[in-house]
Amino acid sequence: MLALLVFCFGLGATLQPQFQALENNRHQSNDFFHLLLGDSSRMLANSFFVKADEYYHSGYYPTIFDNNEAFKTPHVAEDTGAVNSKNHGEETSFMGPPRDWIDAFGRHFIPNRHTHLDEGGPADDLSTSDNVREILPWLKLSARLDPDNITTYTVTAYWLRLRMHKVKEAEEVLREGLRNNPQSYEILFELGRLYDENYHDADRARNVWQLAVRYWLKLTPEEQKDDKLLFEQITTHLGQLEETAGNPTQAVNWFQAAQKVSLTPGELQKRIDSLKEKVTDQPQLPVPKTTY
Amino acid sequence: MRNIFAVAGIVIKELYRRKDFYVLFILTVLVCLIMASVNIFNDKQIVRYLKELCLLLIWISSLVIAITTTARQIPAEREQRTLLPLLAKPITRTQLIFGKFLGCWLVCGLVLICFYVFFGALAASRDHTWPLLNYFQAAFLHWIMLGVVVALALLGSLVFAAPSSNSTICFVIVATILTVGRYLDAVALAQPEPFRSMLYVVYFAIPHLEIPFEMRNLIVHDWPLIGWNFIGLYLLYALAYTAAFLVAACLVFRRKPVN
Repeated sequence: MLALLVFCFGLGATLQPQFQALENNRHQSNDFFHLLLGDSSRMLANSFFVKADEYYHSGYYPTIFDNNEAFKTPHVAEDTGAVNSKNHGEETSFMGPPRDWIDAFGRHFIPNRHTHLDEGGPADDLSTSDNVREILPWLKLSARLDPDNITTYTVTAYWLRLRMHKVKEAEEVLREGLRNNPQSYEILFELGRLYDENYHDADRARNVWQLAVRYWLKLTPEEQKDDKLLFEQITTHLGQLEETAGNPTQAVNWFQAAQKVSLTPGELQKRIDSLKEKVTDQPQLPVPKTTY
Repeated sequence: MRNIFAVAGIVIKELYRRKDFYVLFILTVLVCLIMASVNIFNDKQIVRYLKELCLLLIWISSLVIAITTTARQIPAEREQRTLLPLLAKPITRTQLIFGKFLGCWLVCGLVLICFYVFFGALAASRDHTWPLLNYFQAAFLHWIMLGVVVALALLGSLVFAAPSSNSTICFVIVATILTVGRYLDAVALAQPEPFRSMLYVVYFAIPHLEIPFEMRNLIVHDWPLIGWNFIGLYLLYALAYTAAFLVAACLVFRRKPVN
């Protein structure tokens, strides 16, 4: 009996740390939504992200019965320039011609024109471009339901920072995203942009972007191939930062790193050539190498 | 006409006594106020999600009130054994049906006035605008659509055995039309015969109640007014269906024993 008790105690003590490690890896949250919905919260999060895109279009949005080839990547994300677009076809005529008189009549009672909130919306009034704020509740809800979805944080921060001029709130969103996704180079890139463009803090921006490059380089070759765009953006921004700071050597290094993944290497070469004329004897930073 | 208005008046007075409207209205107000108190990135001008939620709750509440109020009218008279004495008075069965319909429809109108006034106040607290004509169009079309629902529920109360079954069937039919009514023709196109023809028959036969329902997006996203000619056309369309359901109800009631 005593031996059995000792055995049980020892087994429990051995297994407990392993279960603890498993739970930490699954990022279990005590959040209300996760407790209530479990993993289905991710499905709802995607629906709310699409809802934000619907609001971006003032309700003119395809359903599952319409041709949604032009809406595969939500425009609210595509317009930030930070995601690869999978959209094809015409975004203004997904409904097609009316199928019958009832359909034709019913279209007078629904949004029937393609608009974007930041371009004036249905009234075509650019003074109301601030109405893009209306997408924010859905983005916030989407982030709460799926904290692992990095795109939600970067898209929310973009609209808060650049269109709503709410820099502090954008920083809070990005920091929350980093807490939930500590190794996200996408969020670090956006944070670096915030430091550089809004706070004009070049040193912090540099540190954050260099950290983003380090995290990107830790990806597998397949993952690196899928996200060359962001690596190019990070290295290009680093190059511009060093160029502005008067460090042409470092700037050349970063632009050369960007060239390896860029679809327009010629443009970058022109910048490199003009910078090389300014190069003096400065210690060179190692050029980050991609592994594919 | 006096008899019809007299019956309608009794139905309206019944609304004050029952708790349905008060419960639904207070619930709607509470939910909207809680959602309005949420801090979204320190921006106090965000309003569209509130408008959409409020309008959705208004639609659900109005449908509940319309269907449950109408579904119990004739069965309640029969259960309380007031139907025979009522018909012994100088009132015809047709007048009774029309009186019940008018009363329930006016009840829906009063309910909608209360809800839309709250909606307007809630939206104006953030928007600081009063697009009264837009709200009027939405509320008017909503009321017209509820007329069709009330007529349908009244016909159902004469066909089905119990108010509960009538209410359930009406809810299912109305909810189905509101969600997929617009797309039945698109679904039909993708089907082989004879299923395609059957779907087309259903598509053209059903009253398209989803037209005012989808108009919510115009209100939420501040689209311009709809042309009044289209409002008029939908009014005629809905009145035609209402009349058809009422005529059917009168014909069924004429043949029905009241004891």
